[in-house]
This record gives sequence, C-alpha cells and structure tokens, in this order.
Amino acid sequence: MGDAITEALRLVAFGDAALWEIVSLSLRVSLTAVALACLIGLPLGALLAIARFPGRGVLIVATNALMGLPPVLAGLLVYLLLSRAGPLGPLELLYTPTAMVVAQTVLVTPIVAALSRQVIEDLHQEYDEQLRSMGMRTWGAVMTLLYDARLSLLTVALAGFGRAAAEVGAVMMVGGNINHVTRVMTTTIALETSKGNLAMAVGLGLVLMLIALVVNGAVMGLRSAQAVPRHV
Amino acid sequence: MLARTLMTLMLLFAAVGISGPATAADRFIILQSTTSTENSGLYADLLPRFEADSGIEVRVVAVGTGQALRNAGNGDGDVLIVHARAAEDAFVAAGHGVARHDLMANDFVIVGPASDPAGINGMSDTAAALRKLAQAHAAFVSRGDDSGTHKKEQALWRAAGLEPQADGDWYREAGTGMGATLNIAIGMDAYTLTDRATWISFGNKLDHRVVVEGDAALQNPYGVILVNPETHPGVRARDGQIFIDWLLSPKGQAAISGFRVHGQQLFFPNARRTN
Repeated sequence: MGDAITEALRLVAFGDAALWEIVSLSLRVSLTAVALACLIGLPLGALLAIARFPGRGVLIVATNALMGLPPVLAGLLVYLLLSRAGPLGPLELLYTPTAMVVAQTVLVTPIVAALSRQVIEDLHQEYDEQLRSMGMRTWGAVMTLLYDARLSLLTVALAGFGRAAAEVGAVMMVGGNINHVTRVMTTTIALETSKGNLAMAVGLGLVLMLIALVVNGAVMGLRSAQAVPRHV
Repeated sequence: MLARTLMTLMLLFAAVGISGPATAADRFIILQSTTSTENSGLYADLLPRFEADSGIEVRVVAVGTGQALRNAGNGDGDVLIVHARAAEDAFVAAGHGVARHDLMANDFVIVGPASDPAGINGMSDTAAALRKLAQAHAAFVSRGDDSGTHKKEQALWRAAGLEPQADGDWYREAGTGMGATLNIAIGMDAYTLTDRATWISFGNKLDHRVVVEGDAALQNPYGVILVNPETHPGVRARDGQIFIDWLLSPKGQAAISGFRVHGQQLFFPNARRTN
C-alpha cells in the first residue's frame, strides 16, 4: 500500500503525460455520457413522475431494475450493435471513444431516469394543486418541476457520473482498451493488474478517486452558488 | 425553463466532455491480438518502428485468442496475431482469414510455488509432471477462457491421459486473462501454465517460479492472419497486408528478436509464409 501511495503521488506530482491523456479521455467519455443520459433521463423521469398512462407502473419498475444493468451486458449489447457484423457496423464506431460514450449512456440513463422520477414525484405531490390552478399541462409541469428540483437533480447526475467513471466491463468490450485511443482509467487499472504491477494499479485507482473527489467538490461549489435564494 | 435547467447540467457535464475529437490518425488498422504480446511490452517496442516506416497506426485490442478470433470473425479487426494453430487454421478454412503465416514462437512453462507440493520442480516431461500434479491433488489454476493458453493446457492434459474437471477440488478454472490467472495462482499457492513472455515480464511473482520447462510439447508458435475482405468488406486489407509484410520481413523479424525484457529475449522470429 505504501508503494501504491508513492506511485499515486509520483503520477500526480510529475504530471505523467500518458496519465493525463488517460484521465482526460476518461473525463471526456464519462461526462459526455452523463450529459446525454441527463438529456434523455431527466424528461423521461419527470414524465414518469407526473403523467398517468397505461403501463406507467411497468415502466417505473423497468427503469428501476435497469439501474442494476451489468456493465458487461451493456457492453455486449452495444458491441453486437456496433460490430461490423451488426446493424450499425457500417458506421465504424466500434473501438472508438464514441462507442464507449454510447455504452455508458445506456448504463447511466436508467439511473438518471429512476432517481429523477422519485425526486420529481415528491415535488409534484407538493405542488400539484398549484400547478393545476395555473392551468399547466403535463409538459409545462415537467419543465417547471425539473427547474425547481435542479439542485437535487445535480446529485442525480453525480450518481450517474459515479457509475460511468467506475465501470470497466462496458468500455473494455466496446473500446478495446487501445493505447492512445480508447484507454481510460479503469481499463488501465485492469491492464496494470494483469501485468502484475499492483502498486501502479492501486496508484491509478487513487488518482481516479481523486478525480471523483474534484468533480464532486466542483458540483458542491456550483450547488451552493446556485442555492442563493432568488425569489421572484 | 427546461432549457436553463439543462443548461446548468450541460455546462457542467459537457464543457469538458464534448470538447476535442478523438485522436484520429489518417491511416490505422485494428489488430486483434492475444494478451501475452501486448502485456509483455512487445507491441510498445515494435509498433512505433512500423508506424515510423509506414505511417500506419496499429490499434491493438488485446484479448484471449478465442475472443480475438470471434471478434475478427465478426469483421471487427483487420489483422490477427494469435497462438492456437488448430483454431487459426479453422478460421482461415471458414473464409474469415486470407492466410495464416508463421510469425514467431516462444514456449510455455508451468509455474508453481517454491514449496512445490507436487514435487515436480525441474521436470521436463510435461505429461509426467501433470500426472504427478493430479495424483498429489496440488492446486492448479486453469485459464478456463478458451484462449490459446487454455487450449494448449487442455491438449497437455489430454496427452497425459487426464481430463481434470473444475469441480471445486484441486483443479480450478479462473475464466480470465493470463495476468489475472497468474495473480490468482500466486494468491492460492497453485500451479498454472503460462507463456514465458508473460511470466518474465510479470511484476507480481512473489515466491512463484518456473518448475517445468524445456519439453518439445511446450512450444508456443504465434501466427499472423489477414482478415478476409471478401467475407468482411469493411476490412482495411491493403494496410493490414503492409503490416503483415513488414512483420515477416527481415526488418520486422529483427525487431522481434531484438526485443528484451530484463535482458531476456521473449519471442523468437520464425517467419514462414503460407501461400
């Protein structure tokens, strides 16, 4: 463990060029996936919270269950989709960062949808009458509630980011862990472990934790800045 | 208002996220490869030389031989470097590969704990060593992942007249790559079969050592195959063939024999074309 901490400090202190390439790709892939997952998942979650339609209960259970989607299964499904033998083969997306974004979006969207559904549903119960009295239809209510819950939804996005940044099964399968092209933090940790470079692997793990800490800290900062009351 | 909510999130999560395209080389090929060649550092030594000569970037997807063949069989790869002769020939025969050429070779070894509970240290008759190991019920970790090394191990057991079952007793299937399997074997004080390249460059040996080596049955030949563009139209056949020609050329072969880890040569070039 001492070796690992020394290794982590050495990596951070000397700004290893290979490390920064890997870190920046990790952030690019996972943050893009979370952004896409929010674009899809937030409106979907809010709609599930507010709208009443047949099959809603089934959809809610399905979204909740999909939060437990194994990354390696998501990776396999995206592989089958993007493989040259698959339906989207001609796009030549397999073994590119885009493929990794797609796989992580598949993983993160159910988390964003399911958690935002809960957040919005609680809020909706509180404001239902008010919204009705203002004559708001479903989409108006969805947008109002999403805006009102934006701070809680940041935490939802963070949960999604945690999932994306931590998984290895999906990006390994659709990215291929190609040096300088699709190698990210988690696949590098797996690779170094398989080379028996355990101190290096743990060192990289510590750097990954540090990044998670910085991202969460940044979001907390944004939250407190946003939380200053600005009543109409 | 939705726009603003989303903007808050987008600004935060996409500012870093969407900036900058992926590193895009003009010309590249995908090499589906076994793990030993990547993990030992061979490609890190070899590929920059080829890229300097040709301007073609080689993107390595390092997986077990079984998975490499399956991926390439879906057309997901342009060139294969693997080590399971029967499966390679079947791959070419099925129309997935153009031809299989001899590229290089090294050998397999059995590694085990220094305490050597099966008493096989120093043996060079693999079949006899495996029988002794089975009689002693000494822990043995199998790759169990349909890789080239796994296929080799199964052939060695068959040659010893044994067919061990992974029933939770002494014979265990790891179902994972060579490095991960070595970590498991070392953690369990167990024996395992490994290619010598991975073993020499492996960083977590603790008190494990080579116990069985030097048997002709432990030869480990690597083949190189161009994925067939007639079966898989997306294959970058021209650049793939340039890579194969370079590997088989005196220059490529010299680069392979010049690669050293801890002063030891890991791969022995033996180029022979099949036409």
